[in-house]
Amino acid sequence: MKSAVIVFPGSNCDRDLAVAIETITGTAPVMVWHRDAVLPDGLDLIALPGGFSYGDYLRSGAMSARSPVMQAVIAAAGQGRAVLGVCNGFQVLTEAGLLPGALMRNAGLDFICRDVSLTVENAATMFTARYTAGSTIRMPVAHHDGNYVADAATLDRLEGEGRVVFRYAESVNGSARNIAGIINDAGNVLGLMPHPERLIEPAQGGTDGRAMFEALHAALG
Amino acid sequence: MKARITITLKPGVLDPQGRAIQNALGGLGFAGVAGARQGKLIELDLADGTSEADIDAMCRQLLANTVIENYRIEIL
Repeated sequence: MKSAVIVFPGSNCDRDLAVAIETITGTAPVMVWHRDAVLPDGLDLIALPGGFSYGDYLRSGAMSARSPVMQAVIAAAGQGRAVLGVCNGFQVLTEAGLLPGALMRNAGLDFICRDVSLTVENAATMFTARYTAGSTIRMPVAHHDGNYVADAATLDRLEGEGRVVFRYAESVNGSARNIAGIINDAGNVLGLMPHPERLIEPAQGGTDGRAMFEALHAALG
Repeated sequence: MKARITITLKPGVLDPQGRAIQNALGGLGFAGVAGARQGKLIELDLADGTSEADIDAMCRQLLANTVIENYRIEIL
């Protein structure tokens, strides 16, 4: 599986993501700087990491979404390549228009940094096939702007099409319908606020994040 | 030329920061603050003759997220 991790100025989970991908798939991802307008050939997976790209200036993810590399990411997504956005990566995907809605300041205004319980709502995606639908898993969150917002029609469409992939088991940040992660209509672009890459080894306190990378490895080779 | 862009949250979009401001004003003893909405103000220094259509494109492509925000352009 050939993968790339995009590095924006202010990304801080890029190496965690790279370690998770290499540990589970056996192949290290290429680290791609955001100023690169061209992606390496033959990528199976493009991962956008967590962090505070551009210091969250203007809006979280807004500047990064207009980086040169994002035009290439948008084109690759259109060709069906798998794209995973974690935390700030999810914010970038919404700002880039690859996923609907927006991520606003947490309802309680606090930065939230703790493990949360998630319900796997859809286990029939290339990202979640190694989870069980309806199961509860644990993942860390660490964000200030994770409050998912979309209009009612968009929320109903996401729900109706099974595109709400992860849901907080209880209210965490004010997200509409407790949405923690969504997928695009083609099923190849997933964004989520929790951090699967932070729970891949028992030494990290749990392994509930492994299944996402195992599923991608199984799907993408 | 200069342009001033005022960006506000769309009606109906919950504004946690605005609510905190409202509560803080109440805490200072200002009665009757029924609501507060926080937005952004961006002033642009532009080449003379920049069209309003170009400024509008700047707003739509970067300055505002039209999923959650409205914007207003004033040419100064």
